[in-house]
Amino acid sequence: MRIRLDRTVCDGFGACAKHAPGYFLLDDWGYASLEGKGDVAEGDRDAVIRALLDCPVHAITEWGERRYTEPHPTSGSADDPSENLKTEANEAEWGFTR
Amino acid sequence: METTAASTITIAAWPGSLPRLLRDQSDLQTVREDYANYSDGGGYRPLAAADALLDEVERSGLLGRGGAGFPLAVKLRTVRDNGLRSSVDTVVVANGEEGEPASIKDRWLLRNRPHLILDGLRLAAAIVAADRAHVYVSDPESARSVETALSELGAGALGAINVAVRVVDPGYVAGEETAAVRALNGGPVKPTDKPPRPFEEGVAGRPTLVSNVETLAGLPYIQQHGAAAFRSQGTTGSPGTLLVTITGTGRPPGLYEVPHGLAVTELIALHGISANAVQGALMGGYFAGLLNRDVLGLTLDHETIRAAGSGLGCGAISVITDDCPVAVAASVLAYFDRENAGQCGSCFNGTAAMAAVAGALRDGVATDEDLARLRRWSVVLRGRGACATLDAATNIAASLLDKFPGPVQSHLDNGCQTCQLGAFRADRPYEVEAVGQA
Repeated sequence: MRIRLDRTVCDGFGACAKHAPGYFLLDDWGYASLEGKGDVAEGDRDAVIRALLDCPVHAITEWGERRYTEPHPTSGSADDPSENLKTEANEAEWGFTR
Repeated sequence: METTAASTITIAAWPGSLPRLLRDQSDLQTVREDYANYSDGGGYRPLAAADALLDEVERSGLLGRGGAGFPLAVKLRTVRDNGLRSSVDTVVVANGEEGEPASIKDRWLLRNRPHLILDGLRLAAAIVAADRAHVYVSDPESARSVETALSELGAGALGAINVAVRVVDPGYVAGEETAAVRALNGGPVKPTDKPPRPFEEGVAGRPTLVSNVETLAGLPYIQQHGAAAFRSQGTTGSPGTLLVTITGTGRPPGLYEVPHGLAVTELIALHGISANAVQGALMGGYFAGLLNRDVLGLTLDHETIRAAGSGLGCGAISVITDDCPVAVAASVLAYFDRENAGQCGSCFNGTAAMAAVAGALRDGVATDEDLARLRRWSVVLRGRGACATLDAATNIAASLLDKFPGPVQSHLDNGCQTCQLGAFRADRPYEVEAVGQA
């Protein structure tokens, strides 16, 4: 598992440092930064997921494997454009990972 | 031909050497080079093999001129490979948003040699297989110059790429590469956190080369003359020439093209500054911090200046003679307090806190505890912002404390003679041009 912290989104709630202090360090004003490159050890996974889920502003995201494949899926039927719409169900196919 | 502004600036190549970036006739330095002038000088040469040019760029060792000094060939190859891997066309951005107030070289190039930049942009686009390109600027005169240059070109003169000029509001953070990408994607002109970097995912989600305009301006020379000729000036680690903006000392600013490795003393002598009067310098625009008189023992190349704990950055050097370095640092930190993107908490709080202590120190009212906090922030806040603005502020604070302990102590004792006569204050210290003045 690999995570990223978007410091432009962080609002300094500090829940992350409470749940996973080895991964999130707070500054004097309570804003977080990520320790290391975001690689999460298997044993720390639960704590980090809790930090991710508890962040009120969703500043922490799981960082998926980069996909350099077809950026726009063409699997849908030409008659039904809704097949090509980006939805929760097919989002992973677009190379986007929450 | 038209005469461009900024004629009060001294503009000159290093005596005895043929300029590559400035114009080759000294009386034409503020005259915009048109298509006929540029192509008569060998520009827009047909490109036979993009891969061969990439190999030549690699051999040339051309380093980015936007501040980081990153090898251009590595960036080109990465963008090209990411495009191939994802089967999409890539994008090239010529970054001419010169956010550093103490630098003028990018605007000079855009205003006076737009074809040199477009030629470099064309070559970079061919190397990375881009189908579109952007020229990203905030200076209206630069935008007009590039638009005029594009109108002088015949259809297809730049190959298959479409070039669009994008003008944004000026700002210190506007020139940061992810701010450029975000603006071109329709967002605010503010940096994003990394990853992803633009070479992975940039304009329209495609692998994107964002390259400073001076860097791109080096490509036509390499195409025409080859890597060995490029390396005939400069040092092994920092090949070629660079544009240096020199400000400070109350003299009009200077823009010089000099070989990397030139002694700082020779540059300041060329600019008419006596070495005896020098207290130090603000390095790399506002980015790389302050140096004391040690600056006089350095040469203008990345390896030497890095070893001295500073940086060449975008090649802007503000020489400090009569001004108090504490007051200079306070003004620069106050600038960062105002000019940061207001996004990362560590940055908007950290720059405000460091600016407050530096201002109190300048005014003779800071305590030992304040100074201890400034010292700690200058270390622990490093790397805590999405862009490098906070790092620039920590560089200023750390270098002030490290390189100027004497002036810092005299301010703690409220005994700075220079500041008692009226402290140095400037919203944009050593700026070459006021914002919007073109």
